[in-house]
Amino acid sequence: MGKFQKIQELFVSGLIKVSGYSAIIFVLLILYFLLSEGLPALKEVSVQSLLETRWYPIEDFYGLLPLIGGSIIVTLGATLIAVPIGIGTAVYIAEVSPRWAKEILKPMVEVLAGIPSVVLGFLGILAFTSLLRQSLDLPTGLTALTGSILLALISIPTIVSVSEDALDAVPRSYRDAAVALGATEWETIWKVTLPAARSGVITAVMLGIGRTIGETMAVMMVTGNAPILPTGLRDLFSPVRTMTATIAAEMGEVASGSTHYHILFFIGIVLFLISLIVNLTASAVVFRQRKRSERILS
Amino acid sequence: MSTLTQKRTRKDPKFRHITQQGGYLLLALITLITITPIIIIVSYIIRQGASAISLEFIFGFPTNGMKDGGIFPAIVGTIYLTVFTAIFAVPLGIGAAIYLSEYAPENRWTRSIRIAIINLAGIPSVVYGLFGLGLFVIFINLGTSILAGALTLAIMTLPVIISTSEESLRSVPQSFRVVSISLGATKWQTIRRIVLPQSLPGVTTGVILGLVRAAGETAPILFTVAAFYLPSLPTSPLDSTMALPYHLFVISTQVPGMPVEIQFGTALVLLVFVLSMQLLATLIRSRARAKRLW
Amino acid sequence: MDKIIVDHLSLNYSDGTESLKDINLNIASNSITVLYGPAGGGKSTLLRVINRLNDLADVESIEGKVLLADKNNNYTNVLDPKLDVISLRRRVGMVFARPIVLPFSIKENLTYGLKMAGEKNNSRLDHAVEKSLKQAALWDEVMDRLDDPAVALSGGQQQRLCLARSLAFEPEVILLDEPTSGLDPISTNKVESSLQELKQDYTIVLVPHSVQQAGRVADQAAFFLQGELVEFAPAEQLFTNPKDKRTEDYLVGRFG
Repeated sequence: MGKFQKIQELFVSGLIKVSGYSAIIFVLLILYFLLSEGLPALKEVSVQSLLETRWYPIEDFYGLLPLIGGSIIVTLGATLIAVPIGIGTAVYIAEVSPRWAKEILKPMVEVLAGIPSVVLGFLGILAFTSLLRQSLDLPTGLTALTGSILLALISIPTIVSVSEDALDAVPRSYRDAAVALGATEWETIWKVTLPAARSGVITAVMLGIGRTIGETMAVMMVTGNAPILPTGLRDLFSPVRTMTATIAAEMGEVASGSTHYHILFFIGIVLFLISLIVNLTASAVVFRQRKRSERILS
Repeated sequence: MSTLTQKRTRKDPKFRHITQQGGYLLLALITLITITPIIIIVSYIIRQGASAISLEFIFGFPTNGMKDGGIFPAIVGTIYLTVFTAIFAVPLGIGAAIYLSEYAPENRWTRSIRIAIINLAGIPSVVYGLFGLGLFVIFINLGTSILAGALTLAIMTLPVIISTSEESLRSVPQSFRVVSISLGATKWQTIRRIVLPQSLPGVTTGVILGLVRAAGETAPILFTVAAFYLPSLPTSPLDSTMALPYHLFVISTQVPGMPVEIQFGTALVLLVFVLSMQLLATLIRSRARAKRLW
Repeated sequence: MDKIIVDHLSLNYSDGTESLKDINLNIASNSITVLYGPAGGGKSTLLRVINRLNDLADVESIEGKVLLADKNNNYTNVLDPKLDVISLRRRVGMVFARPIVLPFSIKENLTYGLKMAGEKNNSRLDHAVEKSLKQAALWDEVMDRLDDPAVALSGGQQQRLCLARSLAFEPEVILLDEPTSGLDPISTNKVESSLQELKQDYTIVLVPHSVQQAGRVADQAAFFLQGELVEFAPAEQLFTNPKDKRTEDYLVGRFG
């Protein structure tokens, strides 16, 4: 092999290696910028005041609790709706539906996955909020519940497709063995297949939760953007504001370098950490489950 | 033995059968709950927005404070953003996928790359917006520009491209690589001549799906690129631009007296763009699967 | 005069499978040397050392030398880390147990190796295609459809294509790892008679998929058992009058 070819080969594999490590570089870069613009907030505002319940930046009230609470209640509501529906749909598609139905259902779920969140938010404002207001007799349709429902629509496709993959991956032999021992198909699903796919389904749910926490546009458009701390489930029917919506709504109006600006970046750090924890936990679950099954099968 | 057969009536086969039928029905209903909104959403937007669609709408500029005219600059802006995002994300993403699939050893460093990719995938889109603002707009001083927005979107799209491309590369049979090496080819020749071409349909599908998702995102471009009204089309990557998702957001929340048809028309254009790209990707994937030579 | 000299070769895989323990073996040129024995004996491992395909696997340790002679009887150690592995693989061709055709046309399968080596001249490429297909007794069947995808061929034809592919370089040694397993008797016959003709110009090392095949084609035979070379002798002698009891037991079928 010619010298030139050898150099070419080394050059190309060098580029490829750099691309491989770029992911790490980018994560570190993002963390760095968030920290460098967000940490100054801690110098300008006491940690105590960040834990207050008033978010009113115009008068220097930077209590983060209502925003965190808003994110939590909206995510909670969305998860309560999306998880049973998502898993149920996944089980139906993977285990129950006939072949021809699967060919229709799967693409439809993919369509839902593809709808941009701003479109859903738009529909939410235009049509859905008034619907909710009238049917539930509320003072306004812009509530946490509206946000939860939209978020559920956004995260259901993730839950469905990842769960469905997990269910598909369960070996036929498990099901055949259960049926041979006298179980009905229904019992097989709940006692054998689903438990076997447990780690994949948990991953699906966590990915769905991750998507929900991180969603910005849809919630910003329909939850009313009132930074009031939700205190109970009844507050599902009141307006709230999430962390993500706060950043999106207020970033355009802050002066670069001001305290408000730093605090918005600080909220970004919080969101980054939350998604870090959610995603690392999800992948740890998968990894541990895989190790366990490797040990069993070896 | 008899105690086993005389168990509680819950084990009665008839009961179990009814449970199964009821269970299946319940699951079918749940699935219906998932599917119905999809149909309603798509048909509603089509029905409400179709009347606004005209050549003038697609190719014309907004007039009368956005309340009239067309959305051409937003469409063009989205196309520019998508193209530039592709320029950055595709080579980097495929390169990383090749590294993970063909070169990377199974060690701690590789695991940390994978963890980094999982993290990038999970970061909220608005946090990407903050990052883009901090790094590209302010620090590198690109200002609110197509370049800043595309770079931000590119990093956001990287995880999708990497994971789908890696899966595609791995699906190429290992035996091809062994044969190629045994015939005196180098590793890179093997990748360039056999592995990459054979995985191209899968890679293309992943790239299209990733780019489509980027095209529909609003939060990352809020602070890095988007302008509400520009009198002319952008002429350089350092210009800011209008974009479809941002445009829809603004006209549905910030403009009083906005005609509803125009809002729905914009939503329809965005929806059609996204769904047709998805359809294209799906077609590529199934056609490639049929034509596969292995 | 020996084409390949294996000198105190020991190899260990990380997972402990199919290792080799102190193998000493002289492979004569222009003959068919057969490595046979029960599964896991190290026969495939030895083959893959000769063309350094073991570089692709997880090898924990490797000792000893494998010397390959060139046309002037100069020996080079195949295991030398400074060796140009790419040119080695052009001197030693390999056919695998299952026909692995590349996802290209018949012609492109054959020219792949040459093109990777930099050959661009079309008439030389065409000539190589025809010659190797004739040597593999496949030319008549495919000569008018060289541009068809290789997967369209039958199993037996694909394997003969793989044989032709290994000949396209005009190598010095051909290694075959159970090349006819899964082939019908007619295709097997065609491959075996091709080998008899090819040995006039090439040195052939073959792992047979049955002892009977070994008996049919071997000039020399080596019996491998669990990584050890038990016995190595001219075929007639080994199969009719084996010296080691283990060789005899395996031949007779007392274990398998």
